[in-house]
Amino acid sequence: MKSIADLLHDHPFFAGLSPAHINLLAGCGKNIHFDTGNFLMKEGENANTFYVIRSGKVVVEAYTPGFGHQIVTQVDHHGVVGYSWLFPPYRVAFDVRAIEPVSAVQLDGKCLRSKTESDHELGYQLMRRFAQVMLQRLQATRLQMLDVYRKGS
Amino acid sequence: MTSSHADQAADQTNLPAQSFRIDRSGLDRLFAVLKDHDYTLVGPTVRDCAIVYDELTGTQDLPVGKGDRQEAGTYQLVDREDAALFGYNLGPHSWKKYLFPPRQKLWQAKLTDTGLTFSEADQATSPKYAFIGVRACELHAIQIQDKVFSDDDHRDPHYCRIRERAFIVAVNCSQAAATCFCTSMNTGPAVSAGFDIALTEVIVFDAHYFIAQAGSPSGEAMLGLITQCPAEFTDVQAAAQCVANASAQMKRQLDTTDIQNLLYRNADNSRWEEIAQRCLSCANCTMVCPTCFCSSVEDTTDLTGSHAERWRRWDSCFTLDFSYLHGGSVRSSTEARYRQWMTHKLASWIDQFGASGCVGCGRCITWCPVGIDITEEVRLMRENDSAGNSNTQRSDL
Amino acid sequence: MIDPMLPAVYKVVRVSQDLPDTATLDLAPASNSKLPACQPGQFNMLYALGQGEVAISISGDTDEADCVRHTVRAVGSVTRAVAGMKLGDQLGLRGPFGRAWPLNRMQGKDIVLMAGGLGLAPLRSVIYHLLNHRDAYGRITLFYGTRTPQDRLYAAEFTLWQQRGDLETGITVDSAGRDWHGHVGVVTTLLEGSGFDGNNTIALICGPEIMMRFSAAELIKQGVQPGNIYVSMERNMKCAVGFCGHCQYGPYFVCKNGPVFALPQVAHLFRIREV
Repeated sequence: MKSIADLLHDHPFFAGLSPAHINLLAGCGKNIHFDTGNFLMKEGENANTFYVIRSGKVVVEAYTPGFGHQIVTQVDHHGVVGYSWLFPPYRVAFDVRAIEPVSAVQLDGKCLRSKTESDHELGYQLMRRFAQVMLQRLQATRLQMLDVYRKGS
Repeated sequence: MTSSHADQAADQTNLPAQSFRIDRSGLDRLFAVLKDHDYTLVGPTVRDCAIVYDELTGTQDLPVGKGDRQEAGTYQLVDREDAALFGYNLGPHSWKKYLFPPRQKLWQAKLTDTGLTFSEADQATSPKYAFIGVRACELHAIQIQDKVFSDDDHRDPHYCRIRERAFIVAVNCSQAAATCFCTSMNTGPAVSAGFDIALTEVIVFDAHYFIAQAGSPSGEAMLGLITQCPAEFTDVQAAAQCVANASAQMKRQLDTTDIQNLLYRNADNSRWEEIAQRCLSCANCTMVCPTCFCSSVEDTTDLTGSHAERWRRWDSCFTLDFSYLHGGSVRSSTEARYRQWMTHKLASWIDQFGASGCVGCGRCITWCPVGIDITEEVRLMRENDSAGNSNTQRSDL
Repeated sequence: MIDPMLPAVYKVVRVSQDLPDTATLDLAPASNSKLPACQPGQFNMLYALGQGEVAISISGDTDEADCVRHTVRAVGSVTRAVAGMKLGDQLGLRGPFGRAWPLNRMQGKDIVLMAGGLGLAPLRSVIYHLLNHRDAYGRITLFYGTRTPQDRLYAAEFTLWQQRGDLETGITVDSAGRDWHGHVGVVTTLLEGSGFDGNNTIALICGPEIMMRFSAAELIKQGVQPGNIYVSMERNMKCAVGFCGHCQYGPYFVCKNGPVFALPQVAHLFRIREV
């Protein structure tokens, strides 16, 4: 059976990270599964988890009464989800829901913050990767916002 | 009646302690006297294989010798071995049928050259009812709806008009249906207040009589017109025994301990989804429930467009468009709608009106086509209580 | 006994078209009887003959004794009928209903008003009140966010507010073309670096529910006490007097316990779907 470190090593988000750093991160992690329809996190909760999706798919969504939930983006086994644990006030901003059975590695936010404080090289490596994903998401979101398919544009 | 019993009865009911014994002909006289006073008698009668509430012409219209057998999703009319007039428990109707009619015209409007006018619906035909056979749970239900329709800020004149004129002949239960749980809700089986006359039917060996008590000055006056015959101590005891029998027969229980917090903290419990797999959102429960008060309005106009009416009709939180907002329904899933009904009935109601909305009559259990049992659902919610339990292992505040 | 379901007859004394689908109507009692006193945050039920009734917030100056002002967006048959009314038309009106914005509590404090989309309409009556009694309040800031510059409600009036010295304003849109030289981004971005003292601030938020949730979270981040944040909720309404049951939101009737709520009352309900 694969260890947490093995699972992290296999995941594209951690590509290029040294085995020593991966082991450090694995100390904050555990294996977790979600049934279809279950929430990984909900808007307004304490944000303390970072999920590395190994299989399955989740959606990031917001709920409005009357309209129901509106999906903003989805994340599959290539991706990671949950960033609100990085900065105070550590509050989850959007609901994240499994739309297929999901296997993930759940990393504890407090544990990660403390490790990256003591090992700044680890911190830098993680932040680089986070920044890249966030930039991609930001650019995609801006394109979505432009409403390019609206009639008469 | 000995003086000590009179004191005891007075302590219990805070009313004129005098109990009278009447027989069926006495009841006939009561009906006649009520009709002389322009009351329309409404009460239980057999129709469509059930005991429903409808207009009565005399005691012969009562469900003589009939009883009911009820269970989750089941109602059956049965023949009794005696000729009891009130030997059943409850049918699908409740007194809201008269106090809060399913369709009620509120007003009409007219547009003429001189402008728009609104006028109240014709009040001349506002009826004066004598409710015959009101059970203890139903008395509580009426009092609960009183709080809904007349609060500090607003009073519903349609409800109040009918309510103020209603004469209530209550009846103590001598048996409990399998679906009854009034003892859990502290609403019965004995009637305690809010009636004009209370009857207990006693059938022992060959004797068949009624113990009658007044609960108000008008009740006292009516009783005074039909009887002067005080009850013997043994008769009153026999009547009390009937009520005790009803209590003892009650099988179902609803544990109301801290029920508000239980339901409030379990809004995301998976139990709701499980109930939703059975619930048809048919709204039967809300129609038969004696305290459900939700309504909607219908605005109609004639072909000229210059005459309009507004009608109020019963509505149910189980309908999809009940919570329509911004192009969709807030509660679009059956899960959310069942949760709304049960949480409102048992928990939110207490915040809104100071008491539970449930009187333990069991109608919702009997008339649910799939037999969902509110007492069972409370029990299962306690077992599945998510205080500390989470099915997704998220960290909560 | 007065029937709270019976409308009074009002007439339209002024109409202005705010946007292609939104109109503001000034209404006065047709019989020249006295207008009932109303407070910012309250609403009336407006009835169009034969069409139906709709709950519309008061959007005018509640100190004004002669008429009551409402801004209506046409989204269904009733609102279309009301928004399309002309000068002199008559309609039914019931009200005012509901719990108002907490003007008494707000005295002596700094005020932040956050409006999203049509939510500016119920907050406008607060703005009028605050400006009518300017000395009773501290710093007043209005932040307004909407979809595009073409969707700005009360655009000309907003420009006048921007020019006032006793009111701070910020306006932003979700997206814009090149003619727009203002801020682009969600309304919460206006709070960043606005430098207000969260401790002495009472905030009023009105707009789509998501906008209110995110605005509340951002205000708390800026140091405003949750108990000093107020929102205006909306639910299906049929009677406005607590009889019909439609507007229930958790244990609350939005028509009588709201529409204005302090955040601590509803924060837990924000987190429950379909409640």
